[in-house]
Amino acid sequence: MGMRIYAIVIYLFLYLPIGIIVLFSFNAGRHASDFHGFSVKWYGKVLSNPFAMDALATSVTVAFVTALLASIFGTMAALGLQQFKGRLRVLFDAAIYIAIMIPGIVIGIATLIALVTAFGYLNPALAATWPEWLGDAPQLKMGRLSLIAAHTMFTMALVIVIVRARIDGMDRTLIEASADLYATPMGTFWQVTLPQIFPAVLAGFLLSFTFSFDDFIIAFFVAGSETTLPIYVFSSIRRGVTPEINAIGTMVLAVSLSLLIAAQIMLRRRDRPTRVESQ
Amino acid sequence: MKSGWAHRLLLLPAALWLLVMLVLPLLVVFVFSFGERAPAGGYIPAFSFDNYLNLPARLTAFKNTLILAPLGTLAALLIAYPLAYYLAIKASAKIRTTLLVMIIVPFWTSILIRTYAWIYILGGRGIPQLLEWIGIEGVRLINTPYAVLIGIIYGYLPLMVFPIYVSLEKFDKRLLEASEDLGAPPLKTFRDVTLPLSIPGIATGCMLVFILLMGEFLIPALLGGGKVFFVGNALVDLFLQSRNWTYGSAVAAALVIIMLVTVSIYMKLIMRGAGQREDVSLI
Repeated sequence: MGMRIYAIVIYLFLYLPIGIIVLFSFNAGRHASDFHGFSVKWYGKVLSNPFAMDALATSVTVAFVTALLASIFGTMAALGLQQFKGRLRVLFDAAIYIAIMIPGIVIGIATLIALVTAFGYLNPALAATWPEWLGDAPQLKMGRLSLIAAHTMFTMALVIVIVRARIDGMDRTLIEASADLYATPMGTFWQVTLPQIFPAVLAGFLLSFTFSFDDFIIAFFVAGSETTLPIYVFSSIRRGVTPEINAIGTMVLAVSLSLLIAAQIMLRRRDRPTRVESQ
Repeated sequence: MKSGWAHRLLLLPAALWLLVMLVLPLLVVFVFSFGERAPAGGYIPAFSFDNYLNLPARLTAFKNTLILAPLGTLAALLIAYPLAYYLAIKASAKIRTTLLVMIIVPFWTSILIRTYAWIYILGGRGIPQLLEWIGIEGVRLINTPYAVLIGIIYGYLPLMVFPIYVSLEKFDKRLLEASEDLGAPPLKTFRDVTLPLSIPGIATGCMLVFILLMGEFLIPALLGGGKVFFVGNALVDLFLQSRNWTYGSAVAAALVIIMLVTVSIYMKLIMRGAGQREDVSLI
């Protein structure tokens, strides 16, 4: 009994702050202390705020491309890795481990100074060798692409871990059976392997999207002059707490929550026996 | 897909990506940390230890981090353990999955928004105002170390609960019955059976929380109001405001080194105590 009460208190501690944000995002008054009744006016304000909407568009684009690249390359790597045992495997595992364990702030800093330095050498070289008939040489700079590259690095490591766990738990006899029945390797992949690992790939995609969409610290260093939604929220908080931030926060939470729950459902599917469809 | 080349090709994009976006950048930080600062803040090739010798200039940040990170880890452990125990041993199987998902979900939602919520709660119009109504005046919470500590516990609790839950959930519950049948009082059962068996989970949880805390920036920035300074805050200042990349690289390298050293000492102690470590998936 006592333990249950304790658990309830902890869950309240975890969810009350989120609840407060959601509650006050619907408050007509400006402050927590003057509750003027239900209103969606702060949502209207956010939706008509071009800076917030620009930041939202940037965040969604970056998160989508990141999730796509991470789930494709991560799945490829997870599939490739199962064939390797020796030094290559150890090196790869070490890199994945470092990617996940190194603090985000260090990744942000390292990416910033490495890319800015590299661009410092590349831009003059590019300008010198660029064919004249193509017009001005492009300038490499920090922005969406560098942010996508940095997010993809981290989330790809995550996808590799998730998909690999699924591959390890996969029923290998099915692949052997497929080969015995003279399916081509590609045929086996599309009809046997992919359907089995697909829930994990999709979960990896959703988690990558969530991570990229929510990330502040890497973007803070790597996004250049671009503003993502978390960067926008952070600089707004610096200027003072407003009900608009509550509305943005509620929307961000709603997005992450629905993606997370979808990812959880995908991952829990592995507990059920795999059904082989006969056609 | 029998040929080794096909598998090598599958690995290629990920390998290149990790090389260009992780390994090389980390090497650049290491190289820069021995360099000299250019007038605009950039890098002049050199080999000196000046940046490292200057580290005491940021002593406060290191001190705050090295005090609040272990303290936060300990507090999170003390709060998380009973909950993990409840989830693994007392909660009914029917609601267990839901309760577990409810622990994981906050960890994956925006830490920025969740920390922001505490500005609201601890700020002048939040808890202090409530306290004024019941006659306690002059309480200031926001922009104090306490606020940072609350934020840390709030942010990292899920990360602590999960590994402990996994280690408690895994062990044979018949051991508890056996201990009880043999007449051990509950407290003795806990001390001699449950606690030792959950040490791998405790170790993993503490390590994860500690490592992430060492690089924390947002929580002290938002709840400490510039008064409680972590190494993370010093790094943001050095790279984005005062643009001293070489010195900043030394600070970052020192942070990673301290992290590696504490973690390996810690792991060694734990290995000696329990013989193993828990690998936990947080997804």
